[in-house]
Amino acid sequence: MVGGGLAGLRAAIAAHDSGAQDVVIISQLPPVRSHSVAAAGGINGSLANHPDSRDDSWEKHMYDTVKGSDFLADQDAAEVMAREAVARIIEMEHWGCPFSRNADGTIAQRPFGGAGYPRTCYASDKTGHALLHTMYQQALKRGIRIYQEYLVLELVVRDGRAAGLVLMDILSGQLGTVAAGAVLFATGGAGKIYARSTNNLLNTGLGIALAYRAGVPVKDMEFIQFHPTGLWGTNILMTEGCRGEGGYLVNARGERFMARYAPKAMELGPRDIVARSIQTEINEGRGFNQGGPGGGYVHLDLRHLGEARINERLPEVREICRNFAGLDPVQEPIPVQPSQHYTMGGIDCSVYGETAVAGFYAAGECACVSVHGANRLGGNSLLDTIVFGKLAGDRMASHLTPAGETAAALSEALARVEARLAALTHGAGTESGPALRGELQEGMFQHVGVFRHEASMTEGLAKIRRLRERYAGVKVRHTGRVFNLDLMQQFELQGMIDLAEAIAAGALARRESRGSHARRDYPERDDANFLKHTVATYTPDGPTLTYRPVSITRFQPEARKY
Amino acid sequence: MKDFTLRVFRYDPESGADPHYDTFTVPYREGMTVLEALVWVLDNLDGSVAFRYSCREAICGSCAMYVSGSYQLACRVQVKNALDHGVVSVSPLPHMRVVKDLVVDMEKFWANYARVKPWLINDQPEPERERLQSPADRAKYNMEIDCILCGACFAACPSGVNNEEYLGAHSLTWANRFIVDTRDTAKKERLDLVSAEHGIFRCHTVFNCVEACPKHINQTEAIQHLKKVAFFHRFGMWRL
Repeated sequence: MVGGGLAGLRAAIAAHDSGAQDVVIISQLPPVRSHSVAAAGGINGSLANHPDSRDDSWEKHMYDTVKGSDFLADQDAAEVMAREAVARIIEMEHWGCPFSRNADGTIAQRPFGGAGYPRTCYASDKTGHALLHTMYQQALKRGIRIYQEYLVLELVVRDGRAAGLVLMDILSGQLGTVAAGAVLFATGGAGKIYARSTNNLLNTGLGIALAYRAGVPVKDMEFIQFHPTGLWGTNILMTEGCRGEGGYLVNARGERFMARYAPKAMELGPRDIVARSIQTEINEGRGFNQGGPGGGYVHLDLRHLGEARINERLPEVREICRNFAGLDPVQEPIPVQPSQHYTMGGIDCSVYGETAVAGFYAAGECACVSVHGANRLGGNSLLDTIVFGKLAGDRMASHLTPAGETAAALSEALARVEARLAALTHGAGTESGPALRGELQEGMFQHVGVFRHEASMTEGLAKIRRLRERYAGVKVRHTGRVFNLDLMQQFELQGMIDLAEAIAAGALARRESRGSHARRDYPERDDANFLKHTVATYTPDGPTLTYRPVSITRFQPEARKY
Repeated sequence: MKDFTLRVFRYDPESGADPHYDTFTVPYREGMTVLEALVWVLDNLDGSVAFRYSCREAICGSCAMYVSGSYQLACRVQVKNALDHGVVSVSPLPHMRVVKDLVVDMEKFWANYARVKPWLINDQPEPERERLQSPADRAKYNMEIDCILCGACFAACPSGVNNEEYLGAHSLTWANRFIVDTRDTAKKERLDLVSAEHGIFRCHTVFNCVEACPKHINQTEAIQHLKKVAFFHRFGMWRL
């Protein structure tokens, strides 16, 4: 299992509990450092614990998920997720997860964007932290071996099936290989391809990129979620729980502008719509800091909630505002702007995590099942990790076949990686990796951002291709092996450029607006031509795009009104 | 302030050079954190600087270090609050083996955590739905679960300096988290674990852990609670 976040841990636990003998977690970070820890607001499941959610059901959860996805989610997969949700959340409770509680002792739930009922179970505003620590504890309880601070550098595929991995012990810099009967990637999203991201600094999408280069197709990469409320300046996430608890969005004229865009749902519209609404306010001159450095922003106002409720339900938000913006949300509104937040696309896989390569699986944010389609609902990403992590882990254990003769393939791969690292370190190039990375991030935010247009995306794609040419000249400045950040970052940069190209190419070819993909030149959804998944396959000349139909079982596409 | 001096502890086991401090001139931006300053140095001045980082929002626990004389998460402390005569001084967590620069060996820290069985134990059959817990009972461990396992308390504790077998404030805080959880049924086993030779009675209430904790946890209070329960339990005066 590559990745020690919620999906990787859950898969390891499932495989272990299904009787797999030699389950190992390989993680770039100690597991509790994984980005699952930063998820704040909660996890969706139709527990019907809230007084306003007594009529809730998995069918309604599924419907909200499908509608939220702008009908691009595969409905068979969304059904699996919604049906499994309650059991997985109850299981986390049985494993000790410190959920917040209702007066009757049941798990507390709060309203979230795009959801018909208060369905989001939470542990104050630290739900990801609560779940991740609980899951890590369960892995420790089972004695599952964890190799932490190892970076995977290649997925080795032999004769169309996974053979193992090339990896680096970060603390020593030593390279090695591991043979595996089955490999799962649960390596997280690719947020750091963008400037202004809520993601941690390590979410470069390396796992997706390694799979892509190994010949595994990636799906729906053009769908990038922009969270409405990133804290202006650092783009740290201000949880959707702020609005779930009743927070207002207010422009520079003092208007609750969501009345113009989602008159019924107001601040609790789905993320794509709220993010576009904020960006429109800013673009039309009704934001703060118009044209100033760091971009415009609007206000997220929590003051009317009062100090007691903020302390009980949103303590981390208050702490982050104090530490990172020098303001107290009890006294002042919070400056926020849309910020890259989630990678809806990813490694193309089934509900069991299976991919085009036998023995290779994916789960969590790096995977695209697809349940989030064109726009993920808040509270569905944590759920995705534990539902599909378990299903993938079970499947790996029950379909495990011996790896076969892998030694030659692994040693060839090791030699390839060694040669690539040597070229990065000792090559004649003069390009600065950090400078290229900065240009890539700014370019993606500018050209393939909240609003998109053919001319701008074409320019963006040309920039990415120039960056690919320049990447050949990147030189790592530090030649040591021990904890060489420069080497790891410049290695990852190639994958970031690959994925950026897949995102831009997919976005350019999708001549419609759907969910997070909003085109100025094609403002309407076009079900006749684009109710289909984009599947991108790597070639040295850029991605080859093909399309696959969406699974539609229960809900016919309809206009999306909130 | 246009720029400031970042003074960084350096040690590279491959270079043969003695440990020393390097100084870097870093352009200042209002609101800049010490982690941002380190990243700026890595990107622009010196590709060989090593430090751990990830979330940059004080929740993942990667970047605990010793900044201008106090324990900090580098991502959480602002440059302007760590300045001493125009200099921000950054060193690795003390009392731990340095791997490279600001990166220390955390192996014992993680191993000690696992020794206290930091997972819920409940020997009753699992109900179909969630186990009920009142908000008041849930609040009993609200402080402990804020721990992000950053290691600041472990490095700061004088009881641990010469005895790495001492479980450490982080492990004992998590032990208390399960002892006070109404859903946990392994209280006796937990008390035996924490009152063994290298457990709670090695805590001399110096409170360094409390001062070091970036999440405002009172580990000493948690440990004192464990001592109290262990003591009364020993004399049959505490029903588990």
